Amino acid sequence: MNRIRAVAGRELRAYFNSPIAYIFLLAFAGAALLMFFNSFFSRGVADLRGLFDAVPLLMVLLVPALTMRLWAEEDKQGTLEILMTLPARPAELVAGKFLASWALLGVGLLLTLGLPITVASLGHLDWGPVLGGYLGAMLLGGAYLAIGQFISATTENQILAFIMALVICLAFYGVGAEAFAGLFSDTTAAILRGLGTASRFRSIARGVVDLRDLIYYLSLTGFFLAASVGALRARRWA
Amino acid sequence: MIEARNLHKAYGETIALDGVSFSVPAGEVVGLLGPNGAGKTTAMKILVGFLLPSQGTAILAGHDVVRDPLEVQRRLGYLPENAPLYNDMLAQDFLLFMADMRELRGDHRNRRLSTVVEECGIGNVLTRTIGHLSKGYRQRVGLAAAILHDPEILVLDEPTTGLDPNQIVEVRELIRRMGETKTIILSTHILPEVEATCQRAVILIDGRVRADGSLEELTHSRVQVVTVAVPDPRQACDLFREIPGVKTVALDGVPDHGFQVFRLEMDGDGDVGEPTAEIVRQQGWRLRELRRDDRSLEQVFRELTATGAEVAA
Repeated sequence: MNRIRAVAGRELRAYFNSPIAYIFLLAFAGAALLMFFNSFFSRGVADLRGLFDAVPLLMVLLVPALTMRLWAEEDKQGTLEILMTLPARPAELVAGKFLASWALLGVGLLLTLGLPITVASLGHLDWGPVLGGYLGAMLLGGAYLAIGQFISATTENQILAFIMALVICLAFYGVGAEAFAGLFSDTTAAILRGLGTASRFRSIARGVVDLRDLIYYLSLTGFFLAASVGALRARRWA
Repeated sequence: MIEARNLHKAYGETIALDGVSFSVPAGEVVGLLGPNGAGKTTAMKILVGFLLPSQGTAILAGHDVVRDPLEVQRRLGYLPENAPLYNDMLAQDFLLFMADMRELRGDHRNRRLSTVVEECGIGNVLTRTIGHLSKGYRQRVGLAAAILHDPEILVLDEPTTGLDPNQIVEVRELIRRMGETKTIILSTHILPEVEATCQRAVILIDGRVRADGSLEELTHSRVQVVTVAVPDPRQACDLFREIPGVKTVALDGVPDHGFQVFRLEMDGDGDVGEPTAEIVRQQGWRLRELRRDDRSLEQVFRELTATGAEVAA
């Protein structure tokens, strides 16, 4: 536990020691505002749909920027040797890095809290979908962060880690999207929607928190964190 | 105690280690020597549990590094080649991070932190960003982190590269001091460094141990060289041959102003210096030189890399 906290702390500091954290937060908050105001006044409804409709794709684009350096940079600058020869389990290292990246994502979401507060002061805001939307965003983002960390653990090339994570996150987004799933028969489409990250997000963001959706996101996250641990262990065989 | 048992390591087609065995008794400083690409770094990465051997294993401080890496890593300090560090951190934050990862607490933690800062001489760079430090300071920050938890065993991969001559002397002194209580293995190309810090050397060439012994054993020669002026070289040869312990006597080169070089090869590790001198005195010969033909570690190293011959020790 101490080691997880130490790794997470170091990792968070590394984010803020480089421009990555600031660029991420700026881009995230900026894009969120833009998407929100894009539809808010034209629809004239006191909700945050404009924001939450954009969140899945926003995550696909921005999360890989947070995860690309997690292991690739350690590998490139050689500090991997220091980390991996400490008496720490790879799982502790992976957990620490995950928590740091998740916390930064959380800060990004916190920055958008001004929106629901403003909306609530303008009209009657139904807080259910808003809370659901934020919960869903953290879960969805967590799953993408896990995917990104796994990809980063397989390479020393940050650019490659970014692109690969983006492609895989996009694939998880895409399979459940109507534009893709709608091409298939009803049963296949249902399965694809079940696999897709965005389709499930939409139902949470409506304020419907289904246990199956939670399990889906948590197992996706767990699977890729475990895969990260596996990738680190496999490196010893290099 | 470090014991490498029949380590093999292949990177794809390339064989880095081909059956490497050696041991470092507790409290000894051993130098791992070899040309570039001999497998020194690979061997060290296996010892510290960063890489797994394709075959064989190593026992450090009583634990098998393949089966039980965490137990080994608790008792081990490792300075990787070129001292990789987190460039974005302040030196002190890095040491604090390492103390957290080593779970050092309370008084002990503070005492160790101030001890390593003083021992490695990094007190004046603690609040500087590691990425802005000179190579020498980086190396010393890395060393401080490696010895932070006062480990039983130290594995140092080229600990003095990039240091200036004064720093080299300081780091060697530090290694020698730590060697009084710790088991240390260090790799280097710098042969005088081995002579200055190590009791023993293991020479690795093409992934195999080509020599393993104390510095004395490695450089020890069984040839006694005598340069004297003698009237009859043949008769002198006969006299020298009668010395107990001398196996053969050979004339070396041509006489120089009457002085002739004799090479007396011994059949054991004994010393025939005194009986030789005694004969010279009895015969009333003029003596110019009497020495054992010991080689420097550098010569041994060059001979091994050139011929690939094995030195028994």
